[in-house]
Amino acid sequence: MPPANKPDSASPEMAWAELMRAGLAGDAAAYRQLLEAIAPRLRKFAVHGLSRIGNADAEDVVQEILLAIHLKRQTWMQDQPFLPWLNAIARHKLIDVMRRKGRRGEVPIEGLIEVLPDTPPEPESSHSELTKLVSRLDGKQQTVISSISLDGNSIKDTATKLGMSEGAVRVAFHRGLKKLASLYREASAT
Amino acid sequence: MKTNDLITALSADAPEQQMPPRRAFLIAIVLAAAIAAAIWIGRLGLHHDFLQSWLTPRFAFKVFVTAVLAVTAVFAARDMARPEVEHSRLRLLLWSAPLLLVCAVIAELIALPQSLWMVRLVGHNARFCMTMIPLMSLGPLVLMLWAFRRGAPANPARAGALAGLVAAGIASVFYAMHCPDDSPLFVATWYTLAIGFITGVGALLGSRLLRW
Repeated sequence: MPPANKPDSASPEMAWAELMRAGLAGDAAAYRQLLEAIAPRLRKFAVHGLSRIGNADAEDVVQEILLAIHLKRQTWMQDQPFLPWLNAIARHKLIDVMRRKGRRGEVPIEGLIEVLPDTPPEPESSHSELTKLVSRLDGKQQTVISSISLDGNSIKDTATKLGMSEGAVRVAFHRGLKKLASLYREASAT
Repeated sequence: MKTNDLITALSADAPEQQMPPRRAFLIAIVLAAAIAAAIWIGRLGLHHDFLQSWLTPRFAFKVFVTAVLAVTAVFAARDMARPEVEHSRLRLLLWSAPLLLVCAVIAELIALPQSLWMVRLVGHNARFCMTMIPLMSLGPLVLMLWAFRRGAPANPARAGALAGLVAAGIASVFYAMHCPDDSPLFVATWYTLAIGFITGVGALLGSRLLRW
C-alpha cells in the first residue's frame, strides 16, 4: 500500500514517529507499516542519488538502508524528531555505497522528504545483492532467514519446521541480520 | 530477495529488544570507572599521605582538572552514537579542562622560581605516568567502543576519539590520585601526551570498529 498521505500534505514526521514508537515497543504490525511507508521514499532517494554514477542497482541500496534502519533503530531517541534520524541513516548508507563503487560520496542535499514521492514501483526482479549475501551465511542462520523472508514463514512455524525452539530461531535470525549488515560492509573491501 | 520479503523479515524481528545505546553507554562508563578504581587501589596503592594531600592545592587541582576532563568528555561523547549527530552540541565544554590547566600553568610559572621549572616539569615519574595512563585506559576504551558499536555514529573516527578521551579522562583521575608529581607543569606535559595518545588510538580504532 502506498502511504495514504498526499505528497504535499504535512510531513510524515508525526505519523512515522508514532509508528516507530510502537515498533520499538515490539508492535510488529506498526513496524511493518512504517517500513512499507518508508521504502518508496528510500527507492526514490536511492535512484536520485545513484543517477550520477549509473549502473548500481537502487533496490540493493534500498535494502541495505532498510536493514540499517532496523538494526540501528534503538539509536533513535524517542523525544527527538524522527525524520532527521531517518535521513542520516539513508545518507550514511548511500555514501557508503558510492564509496564502494569508487565514487566520492557526493550525496544529494535533499533529504528523503524533499525528494518528491512519485514513487517508482519495486522492480520485479528478485535477484539482489542481499540474496547473494544470504547465501554466504552459515547453515542455521541461512535456513532461518530464508524461511522467514523468502518463504514468509512466521518465527513459530520456522521453529516447528526446523525442530528448534522459538527462542533459538529468534537468536539465529537476529544474528543473521547483523551478519548481513557486516557482509555489506565487507563488500566494500572487495 | 524482494524488498517486501525483507520488510516481512525485519518486522518479524521487531519484538527482538536490543539494549538502547544510551544504556550501553552508561554501563560502559560505570564499569570503566570501576576498572580504573580497582587498578588504583589494587596495584598502585593509595598515595602515601592520601588524605592530607587533598589539602595541598596542587594535588587537589590535579585531581579536579582530570575530573573536569572526564566529566566533560562523557557529556560530549554521550550523543555520538546517534547517526544524526555529527558534532555534540556540548563539545565546547571540552575546552574547560585545557583552559583550567593553562591558567594553572601560568600561576605555577609565577609562583615558582625559573630554576625549578624544568625540575617540576620532568618530575619523578614521567615514564611511569606515560605507561600507567595508557594502560589504565585500555579496559575503559574497550568498554566505550563496545557501547558505541551498538550505536550508529555519524563519524566513526570522531566517536572513537571521544571514546578514547573518556577512557583516558577516567583513567587519569585515578592515576592522578596516585602520582606523586603534582605540579601543573608536569600534568600539562605528560598527562596531555598520554591522554592525547589514547585519544588518537581511539580515533584509529573507531574508524575501523565503529563503521556500520
